[in-house]
Amino acid sequence: MRYVDEFRDPHLIRQAAAEVRRKADPERHYRFMEVCGGHTHSIYRFALEELLPENIELVHGPGCPVCVLPMGRTDDGLALAGRPEVILAAFGDVMRVPGTHGSPLEHKARGADVRMVYSPLDALKLAEREPDRHVVFFAIGFETTAPSTALTLIQAKARGVENFSVYSNHVTIIPAIRAILDSPGMRLDAFIGPGHVSTVIGCRPYAFVAEDYGKPLVVSGFEPLDLLQSIVMLLDQLAEERAEIENQYGRVVPWEGNPAALRAMAEVFELRPYFEWRGLGFISQSALKLRPEYAAWDAEERFDTPGVRVTDPKAAQCGEVLKGVLKPPQCKLFGRECTPERPVGALMVSSEGACAAYYNYVHRRSEAEAAAAARA
Amino acid sequence: MTSEPVTAPNPGRPPAEEADPRRRVRFRDPQIEMAHGAGGKASRRLVEGLFVPLFGGALLDPLGDVAHLEVDGARLALTADSFVVRPLVFPGGSIGELAVHGTVNDLAVGGAEPLALLVTFVLEAGTPGEVVEAEARALAAAAERAGVAVVGGDTKVVEHGKAEGMYVTTAGIGRLDPRLSLSPRSVRPGDRVLVSGPLGDHGITVLLARGDVDLESDLESDTRSVYPLVDRLAEAVGPAVRWMRDPTRGGAATALNELARDAGLGIVLAEEAVPVRPPVRGACELLGLDPLHIACEGQFLAVVAPEAADEALAALRAAPGGGEAALVGEVRESPRGTVLAAASYGGSRVVDMLVGDPLPRIC
Repeated sequence: MRYVDEFRDPHLIRQAAAEVRRKADPERHYRFMEVCGGHTHSIYRFALEELLPENIELVHGPGCPVCVLPMGRTDDGLALAGRPEVILAAFGDVMRVPGTHGSPLEHKARGADVRMVYSPLDALKLAEREPDRHVVFFAIGFETTAPSTALTLIQAKARGVENFSVYSNHVTIIPAIRAILDSPGMRLDAFIGPGHVSTVIGCRPYAFVAEDYGKPLVVSGFEPLDLLQSIVMLLDQLAEERAEIENQYGRVVPWEGNPAALRAMAEVFELRPYFEWRGLGFISQSALKLRPEYAAWDAEERFDTPGVRVTDPKAAQCGEVLKGVLKPPQCKLFGRECTPERPVGALMVSSEGACAAYYNYVHRRSEAEAAAAARA
Repeated sequence: MTSEPVTAPNPGRPPAEEADPRRRVRFRDPQIEMAHGAGGKASRRLVEGLFVPLFGGALLDPLGDVAHLEVDGARLALTADSFVVRPLVFPGGSIGELAVHGTVNDLAVGGAEPLALLVTFVLEAGTPGEVVEAEARALAAAAERAGVAVVGGDTKVVEHGKAEGMYVTTAGIGRLDPRLSLSPRSVRPGDRVLVSGPLGDHGITVLLARGDVDLESDLESDTRSVYPLVDRLAEAVGPAVRWMRDPTRGGAATALNELARDAGLGIVLAEEAVPVRPPVRGACELLGLDPLHIACEGQFLAVVAPEAADEALAALRAAPGGGEAALVGEVRESPRGTVLAAASYGGSRVVDMLVGDPLPRIC
């Protein structure tokens, strides 16, 4: 696979890891936050932590859309699925997210019409194929997926599809990064900036991270070599006492972003005054709702949703893990009540959630090794 | 407690027939979900937690896809498999061929030469006659190619909307091959893991054929009988083969995890040695799937003794359709019950059984 294999070349990875070790100051302890869940997944998938020196700590950020969605929002979506005329269409990641009375998949097994789609356009096509039903698309994601929801709504309006609406849970990354920088006790040295989001928003919006908070940020790709190179770039900045926004992922991310995608988003969405994030609480102007011109396609305008705030199970410490205060295995439920098969919190659901990634790729091995050591 | 006989050794204990923990029903899932059929953890919970305790006799032990029995001195293998694929026809095959190959392959990797099949059709009212004819023809042709006789069966019709065109069940009987003696318990640290060819062709082909994802490729299902390859392997290194499995639902990851658990050993795969075709890798990369979780319908995994590994590989590679066989890993003492994939740059990851259905990621 071109553009993938080159960035997984074992020889180059070993070289890059050696460069990281050479450049890390042994007198310092580094805390880098990878904002994006895709990065968290890659870090565990490729066991990159094993290649890093011990004084470089990676802190997993809030960039996993289903992980930061509060349970009440899932419940509202499932309430829509309970209406007889409604087909709820959702991405695969959403299907196993626990609501108060089970996940979308469990609701489906009990008879709710929930369908998995790969893109919002597929949900629109479904609506056109099923004119007697109403298709609600459970929209979720950062600026990565918001443009495709926007383009779908533009088409729905142009084609006059009336039996289609969007339940928008789109959020924006910048206010979340600011909230993390503002939260007390957050000792971070630098950021590995999100790759996919930046293909849309570009690199300029991160300027405040360097200018106002004096922290370096490097927008990074997702392959092992990308991440190691980004860490080298951060180490260089810190060694030279620079705080800049740099783009490691230039082969995909244009500095100015994608103007067409941004236009589509601006046409369809406006900022909500505030939105609740799991773990981070209410963050003002951090989420997208449909503009009044698209009210006819806004599921929250067309239907009543309970809109109840649901607190996470008491023992679950998703919030602390999301903020990077706790590591996944430090949560009381981790690996016991909460596993990828029976997730209590959403961080255990998505492959991009820190808990699922940690559980799948690290936890079971250390558990097995500990058991083997105990026997020996 | 008063009804307990006074001689009961410990009145607090469950009745005698449940004293064997394998006899105790442990299945507590409130309802059946699609994941119970996906071949991963939920499937295993259903089978081991409910079916084995209730049906399990000596025949179900060890828990494989094939039951071994001895009838008047003849050592036979018996298996059954149901096919509910959608769409019925996909590039490289269709449900009729799949129904033959699935059962033939279970027999083959169970160490038996496939002899005969029973075929049951569950047809949905409204299914065009030509569709049924096409699948019957595909099934007959596949059976002929695989050298098995279709010796009987049954047909049922359900109302329109109650089945997706047709479901097919085949039951197969085979003669246990005296050259082979297979059991997870015979697997030893140091043994090598062999795969007969690229992984994931079938699963990705069917996923793409459903048309839910707008990806195009010239990928075809790998559906075929693996018996000719198993036969070559048995001929070349017979007794050195310890274990075989065809990685269907749940993929190679699930098959190897079951082996690791049953054998109480660890398995370490060399990530870069696992053969996967570029379109399968590409689709998996795009959809966030792991090729090790994707179903094959014409490949098998084998564990062979280390001293026979090279000869086993050479035998497969020299056989028609075996050119892409590869040695992909090794059995280790630890970590017990775990499958690891190691990368040549030093890192390794745990390869778990499939959880739920393979789901794509969103960003």
